[in-house]
Amino acid sequence: MKLDREEVKHIALLARLGLTEADVEKFREQLSNILENFEILKQVDTSGVPPTSHPVALRNVLRDDEVRPSFSPKEILANAPREEDGCFRVRAVLE
Amino acid sequence: MEYETIIGLEVHAQLLTKSKMFCGCSADYASAPPNTHVCPICLGMPGVLPTINKKAIEYAVMTALALNCTIPEHTRFDRKNYPYPDLMKGYQISQYNNPLSRNGWLTIEVNGKSRRIGITRVHQEEDVAKLFHRTDPSGESYSLVDVNRSGVPLMEIVSEPDMRSPEEAREYLMKLHSILQYLGVCTGNMEEGSFRCDANVSIRPAGSTEFMPKVEVKNMNSFKAVYRALAYEVERQRKVAEEGGKLVQETRGWVEEKGATVSQRSKEYAHDYRYFPEPDLPPLELSRKFVDEIRSRLPELPDARRDRFISQYSLSRYDANLLTVSRAMADYFETCLKPLPQGAEAEKRAKTVANWLLGEFSRLLNATNIEIKDAKITPQHLVEMLELIDNGTLSTTMAKTVFEEMFRGGKSASQVVKEKGLAQISTANELESVLGQVIAANSQAVADFKQGKEQALKFLVGQVMKATRGQANPQMVNELLRRRLAHSQ
Ligand SMILES: [Zn+2]
Repeated sequence: MKLDREEVKHIALLARLGLTEADVEKFREQLSNILENFEILKQVDTSGVPPTSHPVALRNVLRDDEVRPSFSPKEILANAPREEDGCFRVRAVLE
Repeated sequence: MEYETIIGLEVHAQLLTKSKMFCGCSADYASAPPNTHVCPICLGMPGVLPTINKKAIEYAVMTALALNCTIPEHTRFDRKNYPYPDLMKGYQISQYNNPLSRNGWLTIEVNGKSRRIGITRVHQEEDVAKLFHRTDPSGESYSLVDVNRSGVPLMEIVSEPDMRSPEEAREYLMKLHSILQYLGVCTGNMEEGSFRCDANVSIRPAGSTEFMPKVEVKNMNSFKAVYRALAYEVERQRKVAEEGGKLVQETRGWVEEKGATVSQRSKEYAHDYRYFPEPDLPPLELSRKFVDEIRSRLPELPDARRDRFISQYSLSRYDANLLTVSRAMADYFETCLKPLPQGAEAEKRAKTVANWLLGEFSRLLNATNIEIKDAKITPQHLVEMLELIDNGTLSTTMAKTVFEEMFRGGKSASQVVKEKGLAQISTANELESVLGQVIAANSQAVADFKQGKEQALKFLVGQVMKATRGQANPQMVNELLRRRLAHSQ
């Protein structure tokens, strides 16, 4: 399966990655290769095999509804590029 | 052309757990200063592991059961990927292919007709952070992020597109709201956003089965807003269709001040969520034992309680419906009826209590914007007041004044009557002439009393109360009558 350049740009946008035109061509080839390999894997008959979403056979890992101390706002905001009124300040978000 | 309206609703309800969905931070963020209920997990730091809150799963399963859903044995969480600054991880943990329930329904009543509205699914996810939009003095706009709400357990309830009018949508929403309150799983506060509703609205020529573009309506913060927004949107679509215009699939926001829905710039690629199984959370097996145990704890729900009120207290369907919408009101009503008088008195008392609760009480609650749980007047106070009406101390008109006073001050009826001296005739002089008239007009009762029949005195007291329209003090009337009858021959 071959991806076209537009599809690569769409994927890059979803991942918020900025690609140069050269990058687009490079990743078009690499991603196409990955997809082709999956096409090969798809030839295996898995009709009787349940899908594996988790590599470890864990089930029902739950916690009781108990409140634990949170971090201080100082620690929470330690990596904030900018802060204001105890909040993270970010570029304008348009609805 | 006749058009048919098609509405489906999507409700998001915050669950009343103590802690968040996947970490131990407090979920009670409403009055917390910004970013004080945050840890590396709900902040989405790399390398942290979420753990599922058991209570949230119980609440969601309980809701699903109350909505007649099927609970599969296997359920799991998925990642819903989209970049937005209110989403700390770049994805929301939600459920996609294997939600914890499907295929339920609830019953609504519109214009006396019952209809079943299908529930597609109830699933569990997490709430996102809160954004505040600001502009600095130079005119540059920016946003502030408060992460407290991020990770609060959120339950999504999706209906089938079964509603055919804004009225039906409102009824559905109110019924769902009522059920969640009966279950005690959500505060249901729409203004504060703990109970939120989006709608999918479309129209089509009546009788046809074709699909027309559907519009998603957002930003409706009250039942009234939902009704108005949907009524507006249906009418707007009808006009566009009738004028030969083209309806487009889009998202529109309800703008209260304009009384209109306004097209929101659609986010590009907004629906490319690329769901995949959440690798950090092992799947859940909902054992039948677990589900049955929750089923056994389901409280009596609004419809069942309404039906019981009709059969047990002989209330009208209309009154029973109104009384059982809110669990608090239904509880208040039943507390007033304990102990329930015997026989025909029971029915009468139930009707009287219902009238007071749906009349004066509801009117005052609405006027003062007070919730039942915060009301100062207790069921005991109301019952005592009804007894004062029954024994003639209060006329119904006076009782309204007394009731309002009790509602505002939290005092008992007898206290209010005493303090305000509420138009009671309590001096002997004022009563003398009435006593004279009553004695003169009831010679048989007077004779009976003199022969020792105590009942006769009660009758005479009653006559005096009647003559004074309830404004005499029965105790005093009793004494004065005894004294006069003892002296007269
Ligand atoms: Zn946390």
